[in-house]
Amino acid sequence: MRRTLGLLMVAGTVALSGCATTGGGRAFDPFEPVNRAMYAVNEPIDKYFFKPVAQAYVDYVPSIVRTGISNYFNNIDDLFSAVNGLLQGKLDKAGHDMGRVMINTFPGILGLIDVASDLGIPRGNEDFGQTFGYWGIPQGPYLFLPFFGPSTVRDGTGFVLRVLWSPTTEIPNVALRNVIYGLGGVDIRAQALGATSLIDEASLDPYTFVRRAYLQRREYLVYDGSPPPPKDDE
Amino acid sequence: MKTLLPAGRWFAAMILMLVLAPVASAQEAPDAMVKRVANEVQQIVKSDPKVQAGDQQRIREVIETKLLPNFDFEKMTALAMGRNWRQATPEQQKQLIDQFRALLVRTYSGALSQYRDQVMDFKPMRGDPNATDVMVRSEVVRTGQVPVQIDYGMTKTAGGWKVADVVVGGISLVTNYRDEFNEQIKNGGIDGLIKTLSAKNQGLK
Repeated sequence: MRRTLGLLMVAGTVALSGCATTGGGRAFDPFEPVNRAMYAVNEPIDKYFFKPVAQAYVDYVPSIVRTGISNYFNNIDDLFSAVNGLLQGKLDKAGHDMGRVMINTFPGILGLIDVASDLGIPRGNEDFGQTFGYWGIPQGPYLFLPFFGPSTVRDGTGFVLRVLWSPTTEIPNVALRNVIYGLGGVDIRAQALGATSLIDEASLDPYTFVRRAYLQRREYLVYDGSPPPPKDDE
Repeated sequence: MKTLLPAGRWFAAMILMLVLAPVASAQEAPDAMVKRVANEVQQIVKSDPKVQAGDQQRIREVIETKLLPNFDFEKMTALAMGRNWRQATPEQQKQLIDQFRALLVRTYSGALSQYRDQVMDFKPMRGDPNATDVMVRSEVVRTGQVPVQIDYGMTKTAGGWKVADVVVGGISLVTNYRDEFNEQIKNGGIDGLIKTLSAKNQGLK
């Protein structure tokens, strides 16, 4: 069921983002009013809930535990990176990622210990959104989602696929599974603590700032670090 | 503020480094210059007790004396303004440069207080040695993480090579501000942008 749903979404994304413009230039944000509303909704929730929770997590949970938790999620990211490396024909990246997953899952105890990095095996950092981009599917409309932050139709689809197909969904104990999802959220938010306060300081309008930074970053990743130069006069 | 997607985990680190990326003049080669200044600033940040204690005045002093002389703020502002730059009067241009500079200084001051130890690798420079605009590429290596690429857009001036853009993990500072500036200009004209910038700078004092 989950697999079918996932495949339907892939088809939907191709259809939806097909009609969109691509590349540098202006941000493609046809849902801007809705996105801004979502941004406004997210702000207080984050300020009074997620941020304090993440701060407490950093303050009270020992760093060795936090590193283990980050490693667990990185290991799953690496698994998807391997799949997406393959889907883009980047065999050396896929090989590194596959090696990482093997090493970190078994000797590294389900990913909690990042043995592979100590061995110097680099992370591929590929995902479904990048695979879509590699095959020429444009970003589609920009989306700002409460709880999840900046995305686009293309990357959002990739994210949902990643969640649907994650090995974490196979954990039979619902409570444990939910705890892991919760920890995943806290882990991400905790890592963003420094950055988010800087966005507030650096930006004239945080919404536009986050949007452009997100779109630039994704474009860069799709082109593996050498995107075509942006148009200068926009 | 906002939560971020897993992909956003990198994105977040990027934003942090965007403002952390320390930079660098004279007639030395652009890559040698960036490397020298980056090392100097890193040394100060690591060894100066006042900087380590978060003394904002001292941090700003380091930025003013070590980093800023190596930036071409006029070029930076012109790039961020895009086609609007030619529409601005010389007086407006001057104010824009001053305000943009002030904004960046304040942001950098905040960022330097969060500085953590990093290893920087500089990559060999490619391209035309006679060019007046070059990219100096470097990488920040962190254990267990994907290395973060930091590129410096360098421009040749009468006073040597200067930094005109910083690109962290694909996020260009100038491109990012171009959207922000465009939006402000669309809503309130060039004077509107100057007003927003100075209000922002006042508020951050």
